[in-house]
Amino acid sequence: MANVTSLSVNGKKLPLNVDSQTSLLSALRDYLNLTGTKYGCGESQCGACTVLVDGVATRSCVTPVGKVAGKQITTIEGLETNGQLHPLQQAFIEADAMQCGYCTSGMIMAGAGLLKNNPKPSREEIVKAMDRNLCRCGTYLRIVKAIEIASGTAKEVRK
Amino acid sequence: MKNEFDLELERYELFAEPFYNFSFNRRQFLKVFSGGIALLVPASNLLAQEQGESGGRGFDQRLPNDIGAWIHIEESGAVSVFTGKVELGQNIRTSLAQAVAEELHVPVNTIRLVMADTDLVPFDAGTFGSRTTPTMAPQLRKAAAAARETLIALAAEQLKVAPADVRIVNARFVNHDASKSLSLADVAKGQKLVKTIPPDVAVTTVKDWTIAGTSVPKVGARDFVTGKHEYTTDIKLPGMLFGRVVRAPALNSSLVSADTKPAEAIAGVTVVREGDFVGITAPDPQTAARAEKAMALHWKTPGQPGEAELFELLKRDSSPSRGGGRPVGSIADGMSAADKKLSQTYIVAYIAHAPLEPRAAVAEWKDNKLTVWTGTQRPFGVRSELAEAFRIPEDKVRVIVPDTGSGYGGKHTGECAIEAARLARASGKPVKLVWTREEEFTWAYFRPAGVIEVSTGVKNDGTVTAWEFHNYNSGASAIQTKYAFPNQNIQFHNSKSPLRQGSYRGLAATANHFAREVHMDELAQLVGMDPVAFRLKNIQDQRLRAVLEATAKSFGWGVKRQSGRGAGIACGFEKGSYIGTAAEVSVDPKTKKVKLERIVAAFECGAIVNPVHLHNQVEGAVVQAIGGALFEGIHFQNGQILNPKFSRYRLPRFSDVPPIEIVLLDRKDLPSAGAGETPIVGLAPAISSAIFEATGQRIRSLPLDAQMSPKV
Repeated sequence: MANVTSLSVNGKKLPLNVDSQTSLLSALRDYLNLTGTKYGCGESQCGACTVLVDGVATRSCVTPVGKVAGKQITTIEGLETNGQLHPLQQAFIEADAMQCGYCTSGMIMAGAGLLKNNPKPSREEIVKAMDRNLCRCGTYLRIVKAIEIASGTAKEVRK
Repeated sequence: MKNEFDLELERYELFAEPFYNFSFNRRQFLKVFSGGIALLVPASNLLAQEQGESGGRGFDQRLPNDIGAWIHIEESGAVSVFTGKVELGQNIRTSLAQAVAEELHVPVNTIRLVMADTDLVPFDAGTFGSRTTPTMAPQLRKAAAAARETLIALAAEQLKVAPADVRIVNARFVNHDASKSLSLADVAKGQKLVKTIPPDVAVTTVKDWTIAGTSVPKVGARDFVTGKHEYTTDIKLPGMLFGRVVRAPALNSSLVSADTKPAEAIAGVTVVREGDFVGITAPDPQTAARAEKAMALHWKTPGQPGEAELFELLKRDSSPSRGGGRPVGSIADGMSAADKKLSQTYIVAYIAHAPLEPRAAVAEWKDNKLTVWTGTQRPFGVRSELAEAFRIPEDKVRVIVPDTGSGYGGKHTGECAIEAARLARASGKPVKLVWTREEEFTWAYFRPAGVIEVSTGVKNDGTVTAWEFHNYNSGASAIQTKYAFPNQNIQFHNSKSPLRQGSYRGLAATANHFAREVHMDELAQLVGMDPVAFRLKNIQDQRLRAVLEATAKSFGWGVKRQSGRGAGIACGFEKGSYIGTAAEVSVDPKTKKVKLERIVAAFECGAIVNPVHLHNQVEGAVVQAIGGALFEGIHFQNGQILNPKFSRYRLPRFSDVPPIEIVLLDRKDLPSAGAGETPIVGLAPAISSAIFEATGQRIRSLPLDAQMSPKV
């Protein structure tokens, strides 16, 4: 099987050399040292590995790199622009939407994917879009709040 | 069956043994102390606090032999706090910094916590049992207050004023007319001063708190939202290999034969075989996976009990009694005074911690020393396990715990650390081992399953006259009750568990509250009383009354509900804090599916240290409780875990979480207790009672959902 020799990640073309069946998650973490994307289950159930592929939230743990070669991949490391946090990253801090933080990258990427396609999601739309992402610490309500803050639909912000 | 699967939780829970394992003595301290000012917390202070005694043992200028924690004001003015506690998302990195910043009168962001590195920090038994806030925080607070007084005295000398005339403003020491000021560095420079907390050190009273008691944001939050924070799983060392353990098809299997030659022939692969342990190291995970496929291993697995026989076994193999305490009054008298009697059995399934970061370790042998980075709640315990496993002295082992992707009581042990160290030793290179989700489900340990039998007598006026309570296997935590029952016989019976079991957030407090509070609901029904009024009739403890009343009030208890809906309430106490929980559910008449409509939880843990983080801890515990209450349960047979993945083991998700109202009762007059565990205990009984109100069906086993709509 042909190997994948480069990936476009966070606006840069990065060289690597892996079997095209290698998961995108492993390619990012083990070969490209982009460890912000996390392993949680390996079966697209927890969303800790979520990245954007051409702007669409994608489970990197079940995505073979062969499928995304040539596409634009955005990871949590690429969400900041010029040292400015993405509004959702900022909102996560503001809403204190994390405890252990292990799910946070995937949550933010899934949320960023949602906001890209639907800048003003309703609460129901947020829950539906995020339902495949797990947070074992139980910060769900605050994550919803963070997405609402970032989209400007939050009713009130707890100080 | 091997007997190593005895309850591990009691060992952690009771903690009555003296600290014998102090490794951080004066000599070691002086090795790491470079200069500046240090304030030491003697380990005995932490122990004394643990045992509920007050204060120190008389000031002397000698350093304590055993150091439990220390604060360092470096010559540069940097302030570091050294503690063996571990950050797993409970935000003690923030709350401990708040306590120290408060007393030093400096901003929180000037405090650096050095945590859970066995070469740098003093011995600590571990991060569990909700102990950081009640034991570590007050001692660090005292140390910081003493440091401040020392700094003021030194500053006064330099400023040539009386100490009483020195104020600290914006982290600077200012003289009487504010004409001169000194920074922390100005004062600490050139010093080499080490002190022990004096016994008479005064700390800021709760009503004067300005930093503690406020919602300081999570320390390091930016690194978590940018993916920069390095968990164990993210560590990469030069020349590091990837490890993999080849697992048996079932628990308690033994290796009969192994052909590992084809795997060893793969370039860069090392195969390690020691007894029943077979492991692989490879330059990358793909090669490791290939090597595993190339092996032919034959295992022998003994027949083992399955879940169908579980509850019968737990009772059959139980001890007569192991804890629970002496009976109070006489059950016989209580029963004869009763108008009505009730006997019921309650059961709870094994459940998994399922921290999102699975067990992981990076091990390196270098210069005759083993260093292991790993996510554990017991860094020093894991160090001991490693020293024992490799027959080397503990000072040749260093365990470093990066802030971890949580644990919930599930990361007390060091099996992954030992495996990584074995692989690293065999391959001669640093090795990273990350357990897969299936390994995490199968080869770690569970919250104990249990059977609880309750027999009681009650008068028609609602007075409970006899309370007999036997818990088989799930544990003794919160087995005692705060209800004022005149006649009690409460016993915990140790049993032989077919699966490995250990600590879990709240330990057996969830099981014991489930049985107790559902039973209280049943008794209320038996005598035709409102469940809140019935409980209040049997409560004398004012703090328990307060959380119950706060819960009922915020919930709107007693308001008529729509048909198809029901409400339930529960209250309880554990580890110094009180919880009341009420839930409203609707049950689909056809599918019997239970939907949570809303939850109210009222919590009181003394003086509140950080309101937002406390709110979040309580909310998080309630959300985690949804899983154990409604749908989490381990299925097993013949040594195999049948649902070892998220697609088969359902955890609470966004759509499972209803509106949750958290009521925090701030008791500034009481010392702060921990909050990580107790809020988890009230939800399961509240939901069970709510289902009963909605459907008339009384469910006495966890998870509840499985009973409502059994799987086909």
